[in-house]
Amino acid sequence: MISSLLVANRGEIARRVFRTCRGLGIATVAVYSDADADAPHVREADAAVRLPGNAPGDTYLRGDLIVAAALTAGADAVHPGYGFLSENAEFARAVLDAGLTWIGPPPDAVEAMGSKTRAKSLMAKAGVPLLDPVDPATATSERLPLLVKAAAGGGGRGMRIVRRLDLLDGELAAARTEAAAAFGDGEVFVEPYVEDGRHIEVQVLADAHGTVWTLGERDCSVQRRHQKVIEETPAPGIGDELRDTLYEAAREAARTIGYVGAGTIEFLVSADSRPYFLEMNTRLQVEHPVTECVTGLDLVCWQIRVAEGARLPDVPAPPRGHAIEARLYAEDPARHWQPQTGALHRFSIRESDGLRVDSGVEDGGTIGVHYDPMLAKVIAHAPTRDEALRLLAHALRRARIHGPVTNRDLLVRVLRHPDFVRGGVSTAFLEQLPPDTGDPSAVRLAALAAALCDAVGRSPFGGWRNVPSQPQSKGYRTASTGDEYRVRYRLTRAGLVAEGHPDVRLLSCVADRAVLEVAGVRREFEVAVYGNQVYVDSALGAVAFTTLPRFPAPRASTAPGSLLAPMPGTVVRVAEIAVGDRVTAGQPLVWLEAMKMEHQISAPASGTLSTLQAAVGHQVEVGTVLAVVTQEGTTP
Amino acid sequence: MPRTVDTGPQHPAPSPPETRTAVDTASPEYLANREAALARLAELDAEHAKAIGGGGPKYVDRHRGRGKLLARERIELLIDPDTPFLELSPLAAWGSDYPVGASMVTGIGVIEGTECLITANDPTVRGGASNPWTLKKALRANEIAFANRLPVVSLVESGGADLPSQKEIFIPGGALFRDLTRLSAAGIPTVAVVFGNSTAGGAYIPGMSDHVVMVRERSKVFLGGPPLVKMATGEESDDESLGGAQMHARTSGLADYFAVDEPDALRTARRIVARLGWRKQGPAPRQNPVPPRCAEEELLGLVPGDLRTPFDPREVIARVVDGSVFDEFKPLYGPSLATGWAELHGYPVGILANAQGVLFSAESQKAAQFIQLANQRDIPLLFLHNTTGYMVGREYEQGGIIKHGAMMINAVANSRVPHISVLLGASYGAGHYGMCGRAFEPRFLFAWPSAKSAVMGPAQLAGVLSIVARQSAAAQGRPYDEEADAGLRAMVEQQIESESLPMFLSGRLYDDGVIDPRDTRTVLGLCLSAIHSAPVEGARGGFGVFRM
Repeated sequence: MISSLLVANRGEIARRVFRTCRGLGIATVAVYSDADADAPHVREADAAVRLPGNAPGDTYLRGDLIVAAALTAGADAVHPGYGFLSENAEFARAVLDAGLTWIGPPPDAVEAMGSKTRAKSLMAKAGVPLLDPVDPATATSERLPLLVKAAAGGGGRGMRIVRRLDLLDGELAAARTEAAAAFGDGEVFVEPYVEDGRHIEVQVLADAHGTVWTLGERDCSVQRRHQKVIEETPAPGIGDELRDTLYEAAREAARTIGYVGAGTIEFLVSADSRPYFLEMNTRLQVEHPVTECVTGLDLVCWQIRVAEGARLPDVPAPPRGHAIEARLYAEDPARHWQPQTGALHRFSIRESDGLRVDSGVEDGGTIGVHYDPMLAKVIAHAPTRDEALRLLAHALRRARIHGPVTNRDLLVRVLRHPDFVRGGVSTAFLEQLPPDTGDPSAVRLAALAAALCDAVGRSPFGGWRNVPSQPQSKGYRTASTGDEYRVRYRLTRAGLVAEGHPDVRLLSCVADRAVLEVAGVRREFEVAVYGNQVYVDSALGAVAFTTLPRFPAPRASTAPGSLLAPMPGTVVRVAEIAVGDRVTAGQPLVWLEAMKMEHQISAPASGTLSTLQAAVGHQVEVGTVLAVVTQEGTTP
Repeated sequence: MPRTVDTGPQHPAPSPPETRTAVDTASPEYLANREAALARLAELDAEHAKAIGGGGPKYVDRHRGRGKLLARERIELLIDPDTPFLELSPLAAWGSDYPVGASMVTGIGVIEGTECLITANDPTVRGGASNPWTLKKALRANEIAFANRLPVVSLVESGGADLPSQKEIFIPGGALFRDLTRLSAAGIPTVAVVFGNSTAGGAYIPGMSDHVVMVRERSKVFLGGPPLVKMATGEESDDESLGGAQMHARTSGLADYFAVDEPDALRTARRIVARLGWRKQGPAPRQNPVPPRCAEEELLGLVPGDLRTPFDPREVIARVVDGSVFDEFKPLYGPSLATGWAELHGYPVGILANAQGVLFSAESQKAAQFIQLANQRDIPLLFLHNTTGYMVGREYEQGGIIKHGAMMINAVANSRVPHISVLLGASYGAGHYGMCGRAFEPRFLFAWPSAKSAVMGPAQLAGVLSIVARQSAAAQGRPYDEEADAGLRAMVEQQIESESLPMFLSGRLYDDGVIDPRDTRTVLGLCLSAIHSAPVEGARGGFGVFRM
């Protein structure tokens, strides 16, 4: 029996595992990097051990330190969570060698699936359907489009779609570089790219006594940059025949490698419903909660039981209803999904039946640069898919998220998008979604509410004038679109007079709440202010503003044509170009890695490279000048 | 030493007795009064609009075309958002040959939490040149700053004196320079922000101020411009080298701050005020005062069209003071003058209000006593005018009305607590003096549109002239021309009537502005707040000899 368990992870998954441990009466041990010293997962653990430093390579990827931490803190088991060391067979062995219980599959099984190329050949032998690899040397244009993938790792790193044969070699090289940098393994392979494919995966749970369960499938087709954003179970609109094929293939895959514990077999399903094996994740998935919702099982609990040698019943209970999960990320969909960092002043999602929130953050926390910017997973469970979608969209829309820009609005849009509601969208869905135009009238009202709340308490006389010549004027910029809104209003004896709002009456206003009557409908706006950040939450949607300064700061002193670092990160590549060379608009010049993503910084205009300050390995802050392009027709 | 925070009066707030009001808002009188008041307010708005319009669209557009802000736009950016601005003397020059507003905006506004006296030239009116009314308005603003210890911020852009009227300006105008340095000597900060021309005499505005901000390529501050220098010494020069912001910031040192543009200059001025460390010296008001329980809106229906009909000033007080609570002093004695205590926006005040128009001996003595009490208690006084003056007639002369009126005037004149006067209705004769008229230097004096002020009522004055003329004719044995008399009376009556109207008096700076009656509480609250920037201390003795 396990009495004390260390989670070799952080954030929401550490908290998730601890929750089950508490329910089982197992003591909990956390590990933490310096940046996570005050993180919720550390505070919630019974004991915690510091991993000095911040970079994953110094902390959560240091298997030796983590095994030592487990021994020091008296843990007798290690749960790896997902990511970090969760699919590292060496780590699993080190845990076992230290005499600890490993909450995961046998290291050999991890290893078998560790390389996608090897996994594929194993699966091919077992008769699992998969895409035939393409030899890049003999590829012809008939085989296009192609997909270049890294053999190791995941998360879309090193993945490239190739639609022109002449670009294949270049993309292969780039993918190798990226894969080598990300996973320490530059092996890549090429396979046909399936257009309009869906990502459907099967959850398996196996005990050490030969029982293998399939616990339904999950549709994870809503992805950005090959990373999942929304996951649901069951997958909408797939027939029983396909479902049975998937389950059978998944069981076969698990049996072939002697799998024990919770795992996931991922498939690509083509538009004509042909499944192809992609890979097997030998760990708990981020999206496991949707399966838990419909099966009523606690997968972490079963992972622990299986590790303790327990036997699964012959068959699981039948699934019930529909569950859907959305991943809330601190990232800006409008700016190429750039991760966002900063203070998270408030994070609250109203609890309700059928709603589950697995979060790694709390009010007053900070979203740092070192790790994944996922704030939380929000999961809705309802008898039908439509109800689950509605519940989740509503919960997200009304969530109070006061902090960095998030993908919340995008999630809500997806959940309410007719194509998504119909079901069966492909993995290209999100990339093809047109940019959000928002609802300017709702934003204008939010800005008005912000301005009115801001006016509260400044003077017992308000902005009274005996000789009124002009209204009060305040400017706000939305965090999401960068659009600027100017609010002009006067509070007169006759009530609110706001330019452009003839149908708005002010019913009441305190510093954090304005009640407006808009065209005869009473609307409440909650307003929270943190420095120059203003968050307005209402039934019309949440809007985040930056207050525009009354007195614009003296003009920025950066030269026009400067390429600024859009976020803190590391320069990983610089174009082979020298000062004085000609560059064309859009030409990539510098590659920056930040928050697990590689960002390309391109020339803003055609001209001459006049300064190049970036060099590989440089750590840069937001706004650091990386290079300067002198535009044609101007002098530096 | 431990610091204590003055949080205002600690005694309990006045408990609300039953509110009695005799105002019937459905009565024909009330409705007629209200109609008349709204009509007068519409006229007032039209006159204020003239002041706002400055030099008219052509000059406003030209000014904007230069990338400049209007005077009121500068003020709006200078003061804190969502805080009040009490504009003073907006009707200055009304009825004169000069545009309404007198090419200048003055008022009290809050900058970085500090109430300041702000002046701004209106460069759209003849280049912001000063005429005699501009001078009077500026001097009045200085007076208010001095009496109430308000830091002064001058937003300067003026072509100097309006030369055709120099005879009215030049000699008295020196007081402007005198005032600035005396304010400074009294420890009252002065800030000048120069947006454009400030030349010749105008150069001393920044010259005499504690803090000076100039704007790049805009400010022009010199004693003599290039033509004058050429004439005087033959030297060739240009505006920038003689008086530009760069030069004054780097070379002459006249500019303490160099601003890149107008908003930057205003931002700088705000930072200067923020760093003054200014503390109000008067006691703090009670926090969270309760508003009147009677509707301020009803103030429009109280004053009858014909001022010969008295109205109860307690109805006004009930719509102005906190909780409508007025603790009357000596209610049974001298009932033609209501006196008593109240709080207004948390500040204690003593109120004297004419209740029946005429002041008799008893009213005069009651007022003298009440004013002395307020001085002993350091409580500011509020005078609500509706008086036709001291009573005349044999009985009253014999009863000593002169010496009793003198007692009241003695008390008012030598009282040291701050006074505020509001002309609600009539304010005639020596009654205007006794009720702290302009000459008695109330800290602030405002008029309702219904007010009238003159040595006596127009009809009485015309009648007196007629009687005197008739007596003169009789003495000389001439026949009296009744037709001419009627014409004369009508003419005089009309002249006096027009000269006793608030806009006329406001145009001559005899008040600080004509206000919407419904704004009375707000205006008084702002005045009391400004007043409490200075210490509030009454006279301990120090009155003239009271004739008994």
